[in-house]
Amino acid sequence: MAFVAVLVGIVLSWLMRLHLGWTNLAIPGLHLLSANGAPGNVMTPEFYLQLMTMHATIMVFFVLTTAPFAAFGNYFLPIQVGAEDMPFPRFNMMSFWITFSGFLVLLSSFFVGDGPTLGGWTQYAPLSAIGTAGGPGEGTGVVLWAVSITLFCIGQLLGSLNFITTTLDMRTRGMSLMRMPLSVWAWFITSVMGLTAFAVLMPACILLILDHVAGTSFFVPSNLVVNDQLLPHSGGSTLLWQHLFWFFGHPEVYIAIVPGMGIVSHVLIPNMRRPLLSHRVMIYSMVSLAVLSYMVYGHHMFVSGMNPISSIAFSFPTLVITIPATIIVLIWLGSLYGSRLRINTASLFALGFISMFISGGVSGFFLAQPSIDILLHGTYFVVGHFHMVMGVAAMFGIFAGTYFWFPKMYGRMMNETIGKVHFWITFAGTYAIFMPFHYLGLAGVVRRYQAFAPDYMQRFTPVHQAITIAALTTGAAQLLFVYNVIHSRFWGKPAPLNPWEATSLEWSTPSSPPPFDNFGGKLPVVYHDPYQYGIEGSTGDYVMQTSPEQIHTKSDEV
Amino acid sequence: MATTVQPPTVTKIEKPSGPKSGNGGWRPLVPVGGDARSVQEYAPPPASTGIWVALAAISMTFAALTSALIVRRGGAVDWQHFTLPSILYLNTVVLLASSVTLELGRRRIAAYMGGVRSTAQHPARWLYVTFSLGLLFVVGQYIAWRQLSAQGLYLATNPSSSFFYVLTAGHVLHVLGGLGGLHRVIRKLSRLDLRRSTLDATARYWHFMGALWVYLLVLLWMKL
Repeated sequence: MAFVAVLVGIVLSWLMRLHLGWTNLAIPGLHLLSANGAPGNVMTPEFYLQLMTMHATIMVFFVLTTAPFAAFGNYFLPIQVGAEDMPFPRFNMMSFWITFSGFLVLLSSFFVGDGPTLGGWTQYAPLSAIGTAGGPGEGTGVVLWAVSITLFCIGQLLGSLNFITTTLDMRTRGMSLMRMPLSVWAWFITSVMGLTAFAVLMPACILLILDHVAGTSFFVPSNLVVNDQLLPHSGGSTLLWQHLFWFFGHPEVYIAIVPGMGIVSHVLIPNMRRPLLSHRVMIYSMVSLAVLSYMVYGHHMFVSGMNPISSIAFSFPTLVITIPATIIVLIWLGSLYGSRLRINTASLFALGFISMFISGGVSGFFLAQPSIDILLHGTYFVVGHFHMVMGVAAMFGIFAGTYFWFPKMYGRMMNETIGKVHFWITFAGTYAIFMPFHYLGLAGVVRRYQAFAPDYMQRFTPVHQAITIAALTTGAAQLLFVYNVIHSRFWGKPAPLNPWEATSLEWSTPSSPPPFDNFGGKLPVVYHDPYQYGIEGSTGDYVMQTSPEQIHTKSDEV
Repeated sequence: MATTVQPPTVTKIEKPSGPKSGNGGWRPLVPVGGDARSVQEYAPPPASTGIWVALAAISMTFAALTSALIVRRGGAVDWQHFTLPSILYLNTVVLLASSVTLELGRRRIAAYMGGVRSTAQHPARWLYVTFSLGLLFVVGQYIAWRQLSAQGLYLATNPSSSFFYVLTAGHVLHVLGGLGGLHRVIRKLSRLDLRRSTLDATARYWHFMGALWVYLLVLLWMKL
């Protein structure tokens, strides 16, 4: 599902990029997507915003949350802790189908009334709560959006429930918490975040729906006049939605990125043939990221008009949260330093993840200062920042996971040559797209504008055109990945059971793909830490978690 | 690449199956001689962890609504106070009483499953009482809504009534879920297929619904 969603998301971003580069370009077939958003196949400003909203919603919710967390997590978390299955398989199925129906509801808004909502993925009230007075798509479109996200929340809550219970209760013999692979830790931390974050977004969406269909005034203030209409609502709080939304919204970006961190660590370690500098510090850093992520949400609201003192209060933890993030990066770099890294597509994408995370993270330092953020908040600087650190980095995590686990999932290897070409085009393309965003932002180019034709930003149009070309190229390169997945699925080289010579439990299953109960009727017993590579005194350079071989290492004595 | 070896053959220990002693999971799959207490199944109780996780999520949801209420009321010029319908207090008593009967039912079932058959009564009797009290609570809440709407207070009338309806309806939905759980427990008990963890989890959920309702009542009483 995430696969379809990401393709839809990419196409939407193409449409927007084309429009930004060539404002009056007619895109054939565009009118099919919108009843009156594209007269003569030329995008109207409103339709641009509708596309932007849908791109963001699909990408953030239905790709970055589902793919690295729900998809890989559901497949590999039970295997990696040595369980036959999740404890509540029925909830799991419900979780998938509810999420899927949420996606369908969201897509259906393209074909209803004036089309989807144009309020952005943050859907700021009051403008999102006033119905059609707010513009096309603000009536039915918003309601469909809110229904879709409510469904999504329910799906994720059920999923998180399963993840947490599996991790706590279904571990096999010998699998202590510290013997869980980092990917399991990442999914576990993510599901704890998801449980608390989506439980807040869901009531917010319900209140938003009520403001629409039941005439309540949770979010709409008194005497609000929009488009010369006095609205019947009264007394609502204009900031309430932002508080509820960002209390969810900031943990959400960590929900997107932490599974990536876990996957990247899990992919890098077997390729480095050595464990990370510290398993524990890595885990503690991810936990503190999760805890801090609830205390920083106000940094999205520096320009909302809230009390400046709260800006400072939110700025401080925002800077503090860079400490665990930096520790994580330093652990990766320190572990990589001097290791003889096996270069394959999975490890390349893992390196790409680290690169994106650093590049995108550094711009976060600037945005964490309220005074600088006020200048940059409405510009492409922010767009570049979050696309790199959250969007593309998480995508690289997904790619790394796919190339790494594909042999386990389908019993066949993916094509390395195509994979490497795919990596290099994607890596270069990503920088070509998102680095210029930072410069555009510093130069004052405003985000969420559909065109810059008559004003001072017009001279940047060539930059936008260049970005558009890069985006089209990079997007097209993803076809290589699609081809590689489909081709390798059916005609790829048969994979050995443990192609990466890795130690964790998913490589000890009796077949690839694993049998229905994961281990063929016998649960494994775990004797070792998850990443035993390059151990002196052992028979090889790695020791499987299930190997009863006695080895004497410091970490075992502890 | 250093020298690699085939992973050594893995010793695997089979999950214990078949009859076990002790009084752990009591899910008598195969009643021996018509007696419900003989066979135990190896059953890790994920339900008990799962229910705590679910309760945490529900708490977060109502905490979010609470903070919305406080923020909305703080900045409101249009907040109208109204008196809560007195039937709510009666409903509270009903819901709390249902928690008591549920505990009585659990004792009875545990005694029955543990082999101490104190009475010949069907152990599910108290569960039926709990279930009926739960239904009574839902009906009572419905009557409260009718009384409010008779006063002209609808969902959209005023922010205070909006929050009243949203919070009570949210709670009633969760109580209905609890009733579904109770129904499942009763059905499983009648088939002698009940796990202790299922019953415990359902009971925990049900008590939580009572506690949540008391919290909501105090909140509404103080804030509306």
